[in-house]
Formats: sequence, C-alpha cells, structure tokens
Amino acid sequence: MNAIWSETMHPGGKWSGIIGKGKMIRLTAVEPGANVSMLMYHARDLTERYNMPDTLKAQHTAHLTKGNVLMSDNGRAMASIVHDDLGWHDPLGGYTTRAGTDSKYGASRYQESRNDWLRSGQENLAVELVRNGLGDRDMAPVVNWFSKVFCDEEGNMLFAGNHCAAGTTVTLRLEMDVLLILSNTPHPLDPQEVYPSVPIKIEVLPAVQIDSADYCVNFRPENRRAFDNTWTYYALQD
Amino acid sequence: MLKAFHRVESPRNPEAAVYDKVIPAGEGWMYELQPGQVLRIVDLEGNQAADTLFYDADHPEDHYSAVRTFNAQSNIYLTTGSTLLAESGKELAAIVADTCGRHDTLGGSCSSQSNTVRYAHEKGHMHNCRDTFMLELAKHPEGHRYAKRDLSPNINFFMNVPVTPEGGLTFEDGVSGPGCYVELQSKCHSMVLISNCPQLNNPCNAYNPTPVQVLIWNE
Ligand SMILES: [Zn+2]
Repeated sequence: MNAIWSETMHPGGKWSGIIGKGKMIRLTAVEPGANVSMLMYHARDLTERYNMPDTLKAQHTAHLTKGNVLMSDNGRAMASIVHDDLGWHDPLGGYTTRAGTDSKYGASRYQESRNDWLRSGQENLAVELVRNGLGDRDMAPVVNWFSKVFCDEEGNMLFAGNHCAAGTTVTLRLEMDVLLILSNTPHPLDPQEVYPSVPIKIEVLPAVQIDSADYCVNFRPENRRAFDNTWTYYALQD
Repeated sequence: MLKAFHRVESPRNPEAAVYDKVIPAGEGWMYELQPGQVLRIVDLEGNQAADTLFYDADHPEDHYSAVRTFNAQSNIYLTTGSTLLAESGKELAAIVADTCGRHDTLGGSCSSQSNTVRYAHEKGHMHNCRDTFMLELAKHPEGHRYAKRDLSPNINFFMNVPVTPEGGLTFEDGVSGPGCYVELQSKCHSMVLISNCPQLNNPCNAYNPTPVQVLIWNE
C-alpha cells in the first residue's frame, strides 16, 4: 500500500497532526534502539484522550502489541495496532525531562550546540500541546513505541536493551479522527550513556474498511465493546 | 509475593487528629492540605479501594503524575518512602506510614464508560469513581479551577494490581484488611480528591464496597 504522505522524524524531532478515521500510520525505526513517545487526543473533542489505565485494565496487559486497542477515557477505541514486528511496546515509562536529559547526557543548549542540542520529550510534547490549543495540564502517560520495560515481582521497572532492530515497524489504524503528538526522544529508562539518535520514518496510509472478522475488534470481548462505543459515537454524528 | 510488602506503623495518635471523617462507600471527598499536614486514610473494613488524586492547590493545572512518580523510584508500587510527584516534577506528598504495604498506581479509576468496556454495555448506569470525582469538583467552591482534563491516572490505595514479568496485568485482593492505613505528609498546599470506590463488578472487594476514614494531623 502506497503512503499518502511520509516524513522522516530526525533524532530529537517531533510531529503533530490530525489523522482521519480509518487511515493508518506506520512508524519505522530506521536504525536500532528507537523510541517514539506518543500522546493521542480525539480531534473533534480534545477533552477525550488516550487513557493508559483504561487501556491496560480492559486488556489485562502492561505492554502493547498487535491486537491491542488504545482506548479513550470515554470508553472508545481510538486506534488499533494492526501490525507489529516487535511484540512489545511500552505504555508505562513516560517521557524524558529537561533535567533528566541534562543529567544523563550532559547539559546542552542551543546557544552552543545549535540544532545538535539534546531535546527532551517533555519540551517536545509541551510545544505540540500548546500548538494544538492544549497545555501542560493535558500531559498524560505516553505510549513509547519500540521500547520494552518489564517489571520484576517486586515492581522494579527494568529496561530491555537491544529490543528494537533496524527496520522494525508498527502500524496503527485510527478508529476515530485523532490528534497525534509524537516525540522522537530517548526512553527515560534507557541506560545508554550516549543520547540515542535514531531517525524514524512516519507514513500515513489510505483508509481501509473494517470488517466484522477484524483481528483487533475480536482480540478480546472488551475490544469489541470499545469499538461498539466508537461506532455508536459516529452513528450519531455522521 | 507478600514478602515484598513493607509495613511501617505510624506514631500518631488518632485522638490528636485535627480532622476526622468517614467517607461512606460510593462517596467523594475534596480537601486542601497545608504544607506538612499528615493525612491518614484508613481501610475500615478491608479490601476497599480509595481512588485518590493530588494537585498543587496553588497551581491546580499541575496534577499528580503516576508516570513521573513510578519513574522517579523505578518501581510501579507505592509504599512508605514513596514521594508522589506532579507532572511538573514538584513533590506533592510523601508516604510516611503504611500498614497495607502496597498500593496501585496503574489501575486508574472506574468510570461509566470503562464499565461498559470492561464488563458489559448494561453496566453504564452504575455508580463509578470518575462521576464521583466530577461531582466533587462541581460541589467544591474551588472546583471550577479543575476540569475533566485534570483527572489524571490516580492512585488506588489498598489495591494490588500486579504486573507480571511477561507484561500481564492482574487484579489481586487480600493485601489490605480491616484497619489497614496509609499516611501521607503534604509537601505543599495540596488538594486531595478521593472517590471511595463503589465498584460492584470487581471481585477485589467481594462485591461489597465499604467506608474509609480520613484523619489529619498538624505537624
Ligand atoms: Zn471505582
């Protein structure tokens, strides 16, 4: 399937945009060790947004992969993971901050480093939130595509190294019109001492029709009910 | 798994508390704490869930952040020694005593909409925590400073929601019991918002929501 549009997100880069219902977005890690932090809001009503606890509880999972649906705080399916090379993406680890980035990789400022200064997830996401009429109070747990964080029996969070190989892709189908905000910044628990710099290819693909045998709809009964809620929403609107 | 639980008793005497209130099952509570004040939440009958949010009351747009909190301690559970952080990184409160030993940061609150997803479409009418949060905002003189967008993923005191090394999320009960409590010392003017969960679909509370008690001391 040919992309309608594609762009390469530079290391440290960010992107936001509205993508329509039924279209797909494919992210590709151009090099190993990628991490993309993502926030998601309903484009027609920005008070509705991806909700981490609702998503994880409904699917009894602490990681995301093919078949999982990202659910909103209004109980609707916002996006489905329709393809995944990796088997595990992290919904828990959050985003890097300015203080954390400076202390881990060394302080860097635009004044000295120009565009090589090391950007943080917090700042990237904040800029795109404000650009879209939102702000700091709308900051929420992100999905970290391409990263794996697992917990031991005592709840300690452990980062899996060498998880993402070059060329790995993950594809989301948007079940609602959504505002996506992406930040190509390191995972906060990534122990590498050098700022990971991995370009990410973003492609938006044409809309596809969902049928009743759809893998994500049928992945769990909870998913079907979340889809029902989304379909009802659009039946009332369209 | 119980071996990891960390029990720390409080030296505080309930008779010296400056505030004492029972929150019945299914009701809410919104209250501003002064810096240094200590809040105790008591699970009176055991295995109840106190869904709780904290805000910087001077800057209500800065809400408790589950992710900042568990990232800072590299552990997803809360107990004595955990500091609750706001989205800005500001310290809101610290857990100073805990006889339950583990509290959930991941499960969030129940809502009418999530009940339709988790249980059945017919469960949408049932009483739920997010409605309680919003009713508290509607009733409170300062509630206009908060909105639905400020209802970030909350803490579930007395709940155990273990994550397995394989990435599963499970719901277990039995970590709390009658009289178990948690104590938090406020690090700023903090606004506390509690929904004493009315969930009737989840076996964690044996389908029987029960009251919690809140006590406050001046330090
Ligand atoms: Zn509840």
